[in-house]
Amino acid sequence: MTYLSTVPALRGLAAALLAGSALVAPAMAETTITAVMHSGLRVLDPVITTAHITRNHAYMIYDVLVAVDENFAAQPQMASWEVSADGLTYTFTLRDGLLFHDGAPVTAADAEASIKRWAQRDGGGQLIMDVTASLTATDDKTLVWTLTKPFAPLIDIIAKQSALPPFIMPARVAATPSDTAISKHIGSGPFRFVEAEFQPGVSVTYLKFDGYVPRSEPANWYAGGKVVNVDKVVWTNIPDPQTQMNALLAGEIDYLEAAQVDLLPLLEGDDDVVFEVRDTLGYQTMGRLNFKHPPFDNPKIRQAALKALDQEAVLAALIGNPDYYTVCGAIFGCGTPLASDGGSASLTSGGDVEAAKALLAEGGYDGTPIVLMQPTDVVTLNAQPVVAAQALRAAGFNVDLQPMDWQTLVTRRASQAKPAEGGWNIFFTNWMVPEITSPLGSPMLNGRGDGAWFGWPDDPVIEALKGEFVAAADLPGRQEVAARIQQHTMDNVLYIPLGQYLLPHARRANLVNMIASPVPLFWAIEKQ
Amino acid sequence: MLGYMFRRVLAIVPVMFFVALFVFMLLRLTPGDPAAIIAGDAATPAQLERIREAMGLNEPLHVQFISWTGDLLRGDLGTSLISNTPVTTMIGQRIWPTINIALLTISIAVLIAVPMGVLAAWRHRTWVDYTVMSFSVLGFSVPVFVIGYVFILVFAIKLGWLPVQGYQSPSTHGFDGFLRRAILPALTLATIYVALIARMTRASMLEVLGEDYIRTARAKGARERSVLFRHALRNAAVPIMTVIGTGFALLISGVVVTESVFNIPGIGRLTVDAILARDYPVIQAMILLTAGIYVMVNLLIDLSYSLFDPRIRY
Repeated sequence: MTYLSTVPALRGLAAALLAGSALVAPAMAETTITAVMHSGLRVLDPVITTAHITRNHAYMIYDVLVAVDENFAAQPQMASWEVSADGLTYTFTLRDGLLFHDGAPVTAADAEASIKRWAQRDGGGQLIMDVTASLTATDDKTLVWTLTKPFAPLIDIIAKQSALPPFIMPARVAATPSDTAISKHIGSGPFRFVEAEFQPGVSVTYLKFDGYVPRSEPANWYAGGKVVNVDKVVWTNIPDPQTQMNALLAGEIDYLEAAQVDLLPLLEGDDDVVFEVRDTLGYQTMGRLNFKHPPFDNPKIRQAALKALDQEAVLAALIGNPDYYTVCGAIFGCGTPLASDGGSASLTSGGDVEAAKALLAEGGYDGTPIVLMQPTDVVTLNAQPVVAAQALRAAGFNVDLQPMDWQTLVTRRASQAKPAEGGWNIFFTNWMVPEITSPLGSPMLNGRGDGAWFGWPDDPVIEALKGEFVAAADLPGRQEVAARIQQHTMDNVLYIPLGQYLLPHARRANLVNMIASPVPLFWAIEKQ
Repeated sequence: MLGYMFRRVLAIVPVMFFVALFVFMLLRLTPGDPAAIIAGDAATPAQLERIREAMGLNEPLHVQFISWTGDLLRGDLGTSLISNTPVTTMIGQRIWPTINIALLTISIAVLIAVPMGVLAAWRHRTWVDYTVMSFSVLGFSVPVFVIGYVFILVFAIKLGWLPVQGYQSPSTHGFDGFLRRAILPALTLATIYVALIARMTRASMLEVLGEDYIRTARAKGARERSVLFRHALRNAAVPIMTVIGTGFALLISGVVVTESVFNIPGIGRLTVDAILARDYPVIQAMILLTAGIYVMVNLLIDLSYSLFDPRIRY
């Protein structure tokens, strides 16, 4: 390139720069909501995965038979139901006007196929299927579920909001094996998925489905009328938290599902932006021990680990700002119907190092190193292992803290090998509180040995207690059993709850009437 | 020339085969389980096992490799294990933002850096030279994410001239729409390339400006501009072209930080996301693509030498 040709090119570039700079933020249709969710959507099948973003996607495009309201009470959504006097037959009747997004009517056969596929993957669904005699669509509107013995929590289980609610899809789609992802995404809900605009991990577009007939009741969490007041919702994935904030301040996005707490001061002072805690239940962070191998095959040493830990220290390192976390000893989550705090006093009051030392001595701990896995690439799981390692060392444990990425951790935690040979002793993870509010849905309360969740406790007592929970006739009865489950979980250290934290959301001030549910919902919401 | 090109293109085949074999084995030996990503945290070991089986991850490695290479030879890069989307579709969606921003970045960098380097060499050991070299050191030293955030703060937040983030395709939103969103990431990325190319141009020009034929050109009365750009720069172009070419390949294959800061859905983020999820078909395809880009860019660079230096013939 010569000098003479370079100069005009530079001039052209400068002109282009100036032209570009004169333009302002992109024009956006008034009825489009651009939202940044907690992660990018990649998996579209709400049965094959428990990923929250997939569940959120499913709430957009699918509807459910029954749904919970803000009092955790199940309400009719696509269907009303009746229970026979002997508690063995549940009859669901679909309401009028239900349509799939391809225009076909939703029938009871679709509901039957959807529930059967869901029940192969969901723990609660499997429990119901264990006592199911038949599940049959007797006509287009009627689904009859017959049990071999009464199962009182049935409606609560199919009304659950997370992690795997039974979403209703066409029977031909629900015929896909539950271990294979569906390839058609024909919804039954208030928004329509725009497949042509879907970019996995980048963006997903939903359009209001004009054929959806909402219920007449006002919206209440996942129940009530799903009235859509916008034309289009776009979820765009912005991976960088600072850029998320900047985009919100500049008005390029309307909603940020999970605002990073330490960046919130950036939003203060801007009247056009609001940040608040929409979901007051939040998340529970917890530690899980491996029952298979020493030293945590010894209940005394498990108890020593529990006594050594201090929720406040963990939460302070994880979240920092006390406005967004709370110590909570309830395994079912504070603020939920079954919450109690038996056996958690040391966790919520600074830990008890002396008791931990005594239990270690009593349990005959021989200094075996405990492998503690630390996923360094997950912000919400990086701090717990470091704090726990220090607390356990203070109590006398020999801790081998091993940093790794989350993918390595999830592979390794599935290994039953000895810790020194590629296995593990402790890992930490987080649960959305609604996922652990019932002993029937909480994975950590599975005591079926090798068939249980990672850590594999063989605990017939917890299984018996869950049987009592199922048999309890009413809420006070279930609460009584739940309190005993709480105490047993702490005594046997099925897991160690390390407190609850809240993730504030942030939105432009002109976005109003958002439902205050744990799962972000885009019906009812208005963009002024 | 044609024979040389044919031999070089033919040499790509074994290179790509060994890259494919290496990547395949490396990925399978790395801990990680895409089934766990799909199933989520609550899945039991038995459920994970069933998903692995359905995804074919339990097949013996040699069976998986033969199946993959067979598909590859038919032009099928496979399907993402996570999103169930064809890998070619995913790459097709993501490669154009990366290529377009790389082209813009290299254009900006060349237009700024080459004159800067020529000036620095021409005014060797003067304030002009020191200024250019100081900028080069700064360009090398400041991380791109810092430059990116500063540009966003100034041009998008404070002045409100440009959007903070996002990408718009020139084919659907016009060049203006593209430029509005691409200019900040391109300027951010260009900073380091300006520094690199300016230094290389200066060094190469200094060497050439000391040659006898430059003195001869000046002695016979050639204008200084002509001496610099027709005689010196052309002879100094070979190392500069090498830097520009490899810089372009680097821009295509690895600008994940800039893509994250400016929320550009390019192939850098696609690759990192795929690695974090152990999405084997996507990772394998991306590494093959990157290797292919490097091989082709190197070939083009080698061929371009003969345009600048008549002594080089193939």
